[in-house]
Amino acid sequence: MKLYDGGKIIAGLIIFFFLVTFPFFLNIGKVNAKPEPKIDTPEIQKLAEKKCIESKAFMRAEHMKLLNDWRDSAVRNGERTYVNSKGKEFTISLQNTCMHCHSNKKKFCDECHTYMAVNPYCWNCHIAPKEKES
Amino acid sequence: MSMDRRQFLKIAGISTVLGLGGASVMRGVRGSEAEASHVMTNEKALTAKRWAMVIDVSKFRTEEEYKRLIKACHSIHNVPDFGEPKDAIKWIWTDTYEHTFPTQPNEYMGESVKEKPFVLLCNHCANPPCVRVCPTKATFKRKDGIVMMDQHRCIGCRFCMAACPFGARSFNYKDPRLALKPEDENKEYPTRTIGVVEKCTFCTERLSKGLIPACVEAAREIAKETGTEPGMYFGDLDEPGSEVRKVLSACYTIRRKPELGTEPSVFYVIGGEKNA
Repeated sequence: MKLYDGGKIIAGLIIFFFLVTFPFFLNIGKVNAKPEPKIDTPEIQKLAEKKCIESKAFMRAEHMKLLNDWRDSAVRNGERTYVNSKGKEFTISLQNTCMHCHSNKKKFCDECHTYMAVNPYCWNCHIAPKEKES
Repeated sequence: MSMDRRQFLKIAGISTVLGLGGASVMRGVRGSEAEASHVMTNEKALTAKRWAMVIDVSKFRTEEEYKRLIKACHSIHNVPDFGEPKDAIKWIWTDTYEHTFPTQPNEYMGESVKEKPFVLLCNHCANPPCVRVCPTKATFKRKDGIVMMDQHRCIGCRFCMAACPFGARSFNYKDPRLALKPEDENKEYPTRTIGVVEKCTFCTERLSKGLIPACVEAAREIAKETGTEPGMYFGDLDEPGSEVRKVLSACYTIRRKPELGTEPSVFYVIGGEKNA
């Protein structure tokens, strides 16, 4: 079997391989800063019991689903009170409940969202709390 | 490896059962906290079968009083003022008699009615055309009769604006935050974004806290200051003893464009010079 223009093809393949894997080579050995969301806002410090509406594990994995459920129940069904798994009541509101404690959007929301390159459009309408220097 | 039909079915059956079992276990692990929680309406919330409003225009004397109503609404709902009619966003606004009741005027009408501004807002129709045309159900009718908007779903097609015979809907041609100063924003209420339609919501967020709509509250404040009767009433149309029903049975009221069959829930008492 004969490979016509073998030199060109193989050279082309090598160039192609390096082009495709270029980002990997570029980042070899570099440590990406892990996102570290902060929850040390003054509002949280003041809380007697420093607990979110549900467990940390649940909030970490399911907060986007919970927020979607909250959105539908408040806007579409007019049900604006959330009773958590322990029977405690919370007002369903991103601006007035979530962000009241988590008043550090940059270090709490954006930290992971930027890392994961997700762009939730919450803040096109909802007003983010004013960032405080901490 | 060769497999006969019988073996294949056995393996397929067993793996399906295992798969289903595994999925339900996973669901149990993941959903436990969400299932233990639930949502409900606030205990303090005002409720009704069909919310309605009566506006007695004879009780308003000056343009200033209307401006207060508008300001009360627009400031708490972060409604921007671009200062240009083509970009205007209005939840509550004023217009002339002729524009409010276009089939009613006659050429001999007195100045007191002809020149008087009429306060207008979404009519929260019982048969809302905006809801019928909305392709995403972003506009919908709540159980209590309020025609509500879900800004998360609005795609900005403006069908609702074409459908609404009352001009109660405004489109955000520009980012509303351009015209809102950060210090004037109500931090407890969202703004809207460019490319969505918005309108009056009968203050659903206030009703859920047990408060009456902002414009009605402002009208009551004005009445208290001037020592007169308030010009706006709010209540349940389905409740014979409600504030609105009392006014409706005592006064002659009209609605905007009733011939279109949308059944508005906002009623007007016109009055005129003698009653004023």
